[in-house]
Amino acid sequence: MTPEDNRYAKSHEYVHPEAGDLVIIGITDYAQKELGDVVFVELPPVGSELELGDEFGSIESVKAVSELFSPVSGQVVEINEALNDKPELVNTDPYGDGWMMKIKLTIPEEVDEMMTAEEYEEYVEKESAH
Amino acid sequence: MADQNLKKTPLNQVEHELGGKMVDFGGWELPVQFSGILEEHAAVREHAGLFDVSHMGELTVKGPEALALLQRATCNDVSKLENGRAQYTGLLYPTAGFVDDILIYQNAPDDFFVVVNASNSDKDYEWLADAAKGMDVEVRNVSADYAQLALQGPEAERLLQPMTDIALAPMKYYRFGKGKVDGVPAIVSRTGYTGEDGFEVYVAPSEAPRIMRKLLDAGAKPCGLGARDTLRLEAKMALYGNDIDETTTPLEADLSWIVKIDKGDFFGRDVLQRESAEGPRRKLAGFEMVDRGIARHGYPVVDGGEEAGVVTSGTHSPTLKKAIGLAYLPLDKSAPGAEFMVLIRGKETRARVVPTPFYKRAK
Repeated sequence: MTPEDNRYAKSHEYVHPEAGDLVIIGITDYAQKELGDVVFVELPPVGSELELGDEFGSIESVKAVSELFSPVSGQVVEINEALNDKPELVNTDPYGDGWMMKIKLTIPEEVDEMMTAEEYEEYVEKESAH
Repeated sequence: MADQNLKKTPLNQVEHELGGKMVDFGGWELPVQFSGILEEHAAVREHAGLFDVSHMGELTVKGPEALALLQRATCNDVSKLENGRAQYTGLLYPTAGFVDDILIYQNAPDDFFVVVNASNSDKDYEWLADAAKGMDVEVRNVSADYAQLALQGPEAERLLQPMTDIALAPMKYYRFGKGKVDGVPAIVSRTGYTGEDGFEVYVAPSEAPRIMRKLLDAGAKPCGLGARDTLRLEAKMALYGNDIDETTTPLEADLSWIVKIDKGDFFGRDVLQRESAEGPRRKLAGFEMVDRGIARHGYPVVDGGEEAGVVTSGTHSPTLKKAIGLAYLPLDKSAPGAEFMVLIRGKETRARVVPTPFYKRAK
């Protein structure tokens, strides 16, 4: 279920390698299930410079709002405009059409520090057990 | 998620089996959702949804001075009730702030059944029992004797009627009947907290799981607290602890229809009399977001950089597909059309007062 080629953050974002220094960022399937029906995603303007851990936007579900944190440092080169009209894509296809933004990495090594799919699954298991 | 310290309703096990996502709701373990808030919300607007509201409290007020006590403790006119009718009202402090918002059911002129909010039930009981001192009336907290199911939606009557000997078709809004549901004693009222047609069913806790399963088998969709909140907000029904509390009066809360100044003396009457003459200092108004974003409970309302009010409830309205909410605003800025700013995570975001309720069902 958890795509093998992605890396994962404790704050439940994933990083998907695109090409060279380009990565795609979104939230995990576990995160979208926890949030429930997503109705609004606020993303940063293209061109924004983000550092690891920066709040880059917010995601509103019917029941609550959550902040989004950048799992890597880099520049936003594209955001998923489709989420303006169809925020529910985050629920229906978090690893595909529900992606959030494309980033050009400034410190590619940061990705190596993130969890693998297997590590993330273990992490989620622990988190949902408490 | 199974927290040993949380109180559980008689339907807790069924809810776990149904895959309910359980949360701590004021000390009770209750489902926030089953299949999803949007889906559950739509089921109630279009078909029928079933809510466990067994956490709600129930009191009985009986005796020759039962009516006198309730008249003194609440702002609506209890003398207008008849046997078999229910009334929405405020239980008030002398400051006119809410102890709670409640439903009063009249069994007989000296026998009332009072339904109160879960987290307030002990406080309400103590407040009423204290007010009853020296009067010929007995107040009892019977919350543990009842489970409560709310079956809401246009198909509610069709689903419930085969299970009860109480005639539902002739039962009008805010009326109730006593009889049997699935062969066991029950109180059924045509009331609810969704803005939709529907019923609230009170039965003994041990009978509730079976009745819940039968209603689900008949086609009702299990619904959680999430949909309950979006539904009640679209219908602009107040939520105690969010929209009203001990610091807000019924006139501030735009509930003038439950304030009967002329019924005789009651707690908070002088305050309400003054507010009704001079206008309350602030008023609870419904709004829509003009800019993108959702204003949530507690977000400040700002006007020219100054704090001018507060958002008490806010969500995405599944029916209207807009961000809606309620906010206390200065009286002169609370009329439909007025615009104001809500501070959403530090950003001034435009909102506009609109007429309420946001949603009204077609009759």
